[in-house]
Amino acid sequence: MALHTLNQAPGNTTCLERCLQALAPNDALLLIEDGVYATLPAHAAKFASLYQIDCYVLQPDLQARGIEDSVSAPFNIIDDAGFVELACEQDKVISWF
Amino acid sequence: MSEKTSDKKRVLIINRRAPYGRSNARDALDVTLTCGVFEMPVSLLFADDGVFQLLGQHNAADIGQKNLSANLAVLPMYDIEDLYVCADSLQQHGLNADELAHTVKTVQASDIQALMRDHDVVLTF
Amino acid sequence: MKFSIVVQAAPYSTQSAETAYRFANTLLQKGHELYRVFFYADGVHTGSALASPPQDEPDIPANWQTLATDHNLDLVVCIAAAVRRGVLDSNEANRYGKDGANLASGFELSGLGQLADAIAESDRVITFGA
Repeated sequence: MALHTLNQAPGNTTCLERCLQALAPNDALLLIEDGVYATLPAHAAKFASLYQIDCYVLQPDLQARGIEDSVSAPFNIIDDAGFVELACEQDKVISWF
Repeated sequence: MSEKTSDKKRVLIINRRAPYGRSNARDALDVTLTCGVFEMPVSLLFADDGVFQLLGQHNAADIGQKNLSANLAVLPMYDIEDLYVCADSLQQHGLNADELAHTVKTVQASDIQALMRDHDVVLTF
Repeated sequence: MKFSIVVQAAPYSTQSAETAYRFANTLLQKGHELYRVFFYADGVHTGSALASPPQDEPDIPANWQTLATDHNLDLVVCIAAAVRRGVLDSNEANRYGKDGANLASGFELSGLGQLADAIAESDRVITFGA
């Protein structure tokens, strides 16, 4: 299935909404760059109804923005190596920006 | 499609930006045409502000750009006819499929998931 | 795994160019192959030899050059997107009658056919845009 990456801050609601709609069971979602702000608890509800989708967030981008300790479920923190691994495990990468 | 093209990667191009304000629409079209020239199966999905590309009566001369709508109209000459438009996006912009200038199939979210599954490479613009 | 990367965003204007570089570097360190990097739209600015960031900031074009040299990478800058944005090699500078060429070494100008080829030949194509 697909790895979806999203780099837009949650203020870009259309981008997040369209990405979430496109996610299918067994896809993975990785938030990168400004996209990592969507892991703050205030946005957790947006991801609550995702079914069989593994959610990840890129550590260097969390660290840069000082929000590494605020990551809420369902996000798992991964590093650059984890990003590459995800791209290998899934059969394609779809970028949302 | 010929036997040869069935071995080729199937490309889905997702157009999410309106035409003219940014180069994304033009960039996507150039990649689309290249895929056509190389006989790679290519489908286009228009979503979010990308649906505006499908309106007709473009006249971009006074803003110094080429007419995107006229260029989209040549896609069938390259056997590129699998065009899809996101139903939600049309609705959000108050548009109907029948007012679009190009022949497109309207798709729901579940169809979009299937499109992504059925193509080997997805490029977004 | 054989990757190709498409970079659509200019360095320094958005973070994408740097994320793309880090991804490329990491995949190579993990032993994967990077078949081609295709710089398109504003991404063509990555190939400018004139980029001169402050010394305490990463030199993104130079980082790509080093990576290309170390790993024999194919860094392709879309020729149409580049020349309209003012990134030219000496051939194009002559063709357009410009005083200087500024395509950084290690990058080459070429057409979208290189992107189509990258799609055909790669296991994974990943786009970095903004």
